[in-house]
Amino acid sequence: MTAITRAEVAHLATLARLDLTETELDHYAQQLDVILQSVARVSEIASADIPATSHPLPLENVFRDDIARPCLDRAEVLAAAPAHEDDRFRVPRILDEELS
Amino acid sequence: MTIMGSDLTRQTAAVLAEAIRTGEASAAEVTQAHLDRISSVDERVHAFLHVDTEAALESARSVDTKRSSGEVLGPLAGVPLALKDVLTMRGVPTTCGSRMLENWRPPYDSSVVERLRAADIVILGKTNMDEFAMGSSTEHSAYGPSHNPWDLERIPGGSGGGSAAALAAFEAPLAIGTDTGGSIRQPAAVTGTVGVKPTYGGVPRYGLVALASSLDQAGPCARTVMDTALLHSIIAGYDPRDSTSINAPVPDVVAAAAKADVRGMRIGIVTELNGEGYQAGVAQRFRESLAILEHLGAEIIEVGCPSFEYALGAYYLILPSEASSNLARFDGMRYGLRVGDDGSHSVEQVMSLTREAGFGAEVKRRIMLGTYALSSGYYDAYYGSAQKVRTLIMRDFASAFESVDVLVSPTAPTTAFKIGEKIDDPLAMYLNDIATIPVNLAGNAAMSLPVGLAPEDGLPVGFQIMAPPMADDRLYLVGAALESALYDQWGHLLIEEAPAL
Repeated sequence: MTAITRAEVAHLATLARLDLTETELDHYAQQLDVILQSVARVSEIASADIPATSHPLPLENVFRDDIARPCLDRAEVLAAAPAHEDDRFRVPRILDEELS
Repeated sequence: MTIMGSDLTRQTAAVLAEAIRTGEASAAEVTQAHLDRISSVDERVHAFLHVDTEAALESARSVDTKRSSGEVLGPLAGVPLALKDVLTMRGVPTTCGSRMLENWRPPYDSSVVERLRAADIVILGKTNMDEFAMGSSTEHSAYGPSHNPWDLERIPGGSGGGSAAALAAFEAPLAIGTDTGGSIRQPAAVTGTVGVKPTYGGVPRYGLVALASSLDQAGPCARTVMDTALLHSIIAGYDPRDSTSINAPVPDVVAAAAKADVRGMRIGIVTELNGEGYQAGVAQRFRESLAILEHLGAEIIEVGCPSFEYALGAYYLILPSEASSNLARFDGMRYGLRVGDDGSHSVEQVMSLTREAGFGAEVKRRIMLGTYALSSGYYDAYYGSAQKVRTLIMRDFASAFESVDVLVSPTAPTTAFKIGEKIDDPLAMYLNDIATIPVNLAGNAAMSLPVGLAPEDGLPVGFQIMAPPMADDRLYLVGAALESALYDQWGHLLIEEAPAL
């Protein structure tokens, strides 16, 4: 039985923002299928009455006192950015051509 | 003892710290000796991605100044350390083994780095790792693999193979690793060094570039159990900047390492982590270690953890799911690589081009696996079931710890394999972590320490000790007792048998 098809892998790549090549799609379709068939065994013991655990510790929301404290240095942060302009991150246009 | 005239790189961190405190050696000399060692061997070992020579010498000199002005030095002041390249250090390259962060210099220190600096530990540089900590061999580093000092054609484990190789090659007496599914313990096992994954929440994750947030844990690595304990006590403890940091006193791991006593302890062998699938020499050294522990006064009991059989499957659903979400931050907008920003491509196209160019094969594989496991229609069968298995594994541990104080197993099923052997067989690679993964899923503490060489290949074998959450001290009680008995048997530490490079 096939767990995942090449077309599904292509769709996943789009969702994950990965511009995969045709060769990569062929390769991953086959590998992901093998991995998924192996890990799918978890459903054998995961019966309905077992609660899910998302985290090893009980999580609680953590607040701090509302006191101003220094933040990161702006020049240092922008120096590490791929592009910046006028003290801001510069990003590519956000609309695709067919929408603009 | 005196270390004058001896090779400073062959000493333990505890001995070096004492020599620096008493003035027998200066911190600058100690640091220089390690930098020289790196210069002479790292071309072959490739443990380091970046050596921070000037800053390291500067911080060593400041320790010497503190001493000469009469300040009391901390327990590891002036001792050099190798830092895994997944923890941020202000102004120093932090790549996570990825092209995505090739020239990134973080604008802040991680909590672990802050604590190392406050303890006057000298950070030599950043160590190699599988890209974003995904792997068991460092072969998934974008900057090429590290080599195992026991045999340069073999892997030093992963993802923290650089940190383990730095210890085994005597390039540093201390290192920091991170362990999401075994990335501290498996490299320790295959390099004949010691590594501890503390209790989840025991060491702050602030500034640790996230792989899988519910599993990631930074921890100490060294060549002896006591050095590991000394480092553990410096990096552990509550940090308000990590919402999962445990606000409770750190177990006294240094006292436990000094006590080194297993008399009256109940030590459990896990049925499911013993038997088939383990290399003969690994199984043999494991059995011999059990006999030693029994001789030292521990009671050995076999316990079953039936759900462990499903741990690997659960892990390779939970980890990719969390990773696919965490790695969404690498979008080429605020830091790191950007590709295709030519004025015609849109932001979404630039993101896809950047991630395609910046991520390696294993990272892409796991991002897609996680995206799939979280997609609607598959969520219950995959991610939902994996979370239930996680519950069952925690129940197995809880029930086992009702009848034993610690659990033990071989750390890894085999000794170090050859570079290239498993690189394009993901499932074979994933099997390296079969014995280490259950601990991460449950949030427990665990240690790997060297217990001998496998007779068939002469390579190191690791012994894993697992303790309940916040009982990290038990790892050191057992580990130090076993280490000391083996030392008496051999007359030296196992690492002394590593071939000269």
